[in-house]
Amino acid sequence: MISVHPAAFLLLGGLLLPLLPLAVRRVALLLLPLAGFYNLLGYQVGYSQVGSLAGYELHWVRVDQLSLLFGYLFHLAAFLAALFSLHLRDRLQQATGFLYAGAAVGAVFAGDLIVLFIFWELLAISSVFQIWATQSDRAIAAGTRYLLIHISSGLLLLVGTAWHYQQTGSLALGHLGIDSWATRLIFLGVGIKCAFPFLHSWLVDAYPESTPTGAVFLSSFTTKTAVYVLARSFAGTEILLYIGAAMAMFPIFYAVIENDLRRVLGYSMINQIGFMVVGVGLGPGMGANGAVAHAFNDVLFKGLLFMSMGAVLYRTGRINGSDLGGLYKSMPWTCGFCMVGAASISAFPLFSGFVSKSMVMQAAANEGHLVVWLLLLFASAGVFHHAGIKIPFFAFFAHDAGIRCREAPRNMLLAMGIGAALCIGIGSFPHYLYRLLPYPVAYEPYDATHIVLQLQLLFFSALAFVALKLTGIYPPELRSANIDVDWTYRKLLPGAARLCVQVGAPLWDGLIAWSKRQVFALIEQVRQYHGPTGVFARAWPISSSVLLVTVFLAVYLFVYLG
Amino acid sequence: MTSKKKHLFDQPRNVHRLIRVFFVLCALLLGADLLFHRHLMFAEGVFPVEGWFGFYAIYGFVACVLLVLIATQMRKVLMRREDYYQN
Repeated sequence: MISVHPAAFLLLGGLLLPLLPLAVRRVALLLLPLAGFYNLLGYQVGYSQVGSLAGYELHWVRVDQLSLLFGYLFHLAAFLAALFSLHLRDRLQQATGFLYAGAAVGAVFAGDLIVLFIFWELLAISSVFQIWATQSDRAIAAGTRYLLIHISSGLLLLVGTAWHYQQTGSLALGHLGIDSWATRLIFLGVGIKCAFPFLHSWLVDAYPESTPTGAVFLSSFTTKTAVYVLARSFAGTEILLYIGAAMAMFPIFYAVIENDLRRVLGYSMINQIGFMVVGVGLGPGMGANGAVAHAFNDVLFKGLLFMSMGAVLYRTGRINGSDLGGLYKSMPWTCGFCMVGAASISAFPLFSGFVSKSMVMQAAANEGHLVVWLLLLFASAGVFHHAGIKIPFFAFFAHDAGIRCREAPRNMLLAMGIGAALCIGIGSFPHYLYRLLPYPVAYEPYDATHIVLQLQLLFFSALAFVALKLTGIYPPELRSANIDVDWTYRKLLPGAARLCVQVGAPLWDGLIAWSKRQVFALIEQVRQYHGPTGVFARAWPISSSVLLVTVFLAVYLFVYLG
Repeated sequence: MTSKKKHLFDQPRNVHRLIRVFFVLCALLLGADLLFHRHLMFAEGVFPVEGWFGFYAIYGFVACVLLVLIATQMRKVLMRREDYYQN
């Protein structure tokens, strides 16, 4: 049955959507991901498709369990994001959203590094429109920074690929490891897209500036494609354990003091990717399975949370915790869906996070990584605190900000409803998800110990919130900006450049003026001694002048007559 | 305000009731620790603390208090005006 490339429906759709009239476009938006999904069902594990470009053999499609799982996931995410943004009239946002989803699908089916690079760059270019579409100065600047960073990520991938090819003669996208500098460059390129610590600031800088619907697209594809490449090429790399633990830890502190609720979600996204990165670092088996399962769930519950905050932003025009509150009265459905997302990310039993995060934790314990495990447990408590409680609490409860608005549009509610149903469905019947995982699993999340202990962890985290809130220790939501790594290139470097100009310009001018003065002084000195009235002018003999004239005349005559 | 309807949490009584139910649930969960034999995540002898009474509850509580206290201190270093980057 196989006929077209897995990404074809989304990519062609992206190109054709702008040409369609509104009503047809809306139908196409919903049908294209479904058609793509149906097309994907025809692919079998082991299939590959090779084409050639400029004399090179390119592996456009390579199908295995891992790529299929991400393929299904990205089509699901594209469908939900399309449904959520169905009310839009902005053709550009919808079209580029589909190109973006198509690029992600293309990347996870890429059989070699060149094909991966092509889709990697397409991911960067197509996704930035979800940020630029906000059209504010802030969004355009943030989008431009985002684009520069992601293009750099692609360049690292390209240079690493070329170097790797020169060393090994292979372009295959298989296990790479970080034993050579070539693959380290690729690792770094992937690390940027994966939001490794110190390389993460693009995410919390740009995602909150995107449109209400754009954030839903953005949260689904870029970082998960990076997690896919890590799982494919760097599984079992030990340093990922520590990178992942750091990713799970540091953003939760930022999330507690951040006011923009979509930026809080950005930080919690890095925190969740941290769990996946640790899972990949634990290597093939339960660790990588947990990472992949958690990526699958994260797309759904983080998408759901971004949808609920997008709906709030769409209806109220506000997204700061300090400006919101009491919205459960106006938007009860959105509030309910948000709480399902919050319960899922916090890993409550019967919700999706519970069945995947625990795989990573168990795998870490099996390998005896005590410190990493303790950090992940800390982060699990922290994520409930900032994403599970803070997001719904400050948006929908807390003090009533007096906002009375309409409930979210029907298409948004439907998208959130499907997302919420999937979160509960996967959490309650995890074996459907486990069946899709790349390695055979023997893992049972539901036993009495696990359920009770997880509930203890969560309830006592909530107890801490209640206690701190009642005693007034909990920090209030403040209108503010918290500086992060992006401060270095938004303030420090421009400041340093300005300082260089301020200090350097007078210095340079001074140097030029001094040089000129020296040259003029020299000329003056020469003129003084050798000029017509100079001391040495008196020593010019007349005979030598006559000799010179004679020689010139002789040469002239010789040339002219000869 | 377009509607004068009283909502669930407009009455402090309901909020207090919710908090009281929550406290009871916490106590019940902690008590559940004594009721059954737990199996540990780590292999025997690697991290016996995990099996202590209330380990997860205490860890969760302490973690979140620390999280908030440290984050509040971080504000002193990291917080800037909202339009910090615009100027």
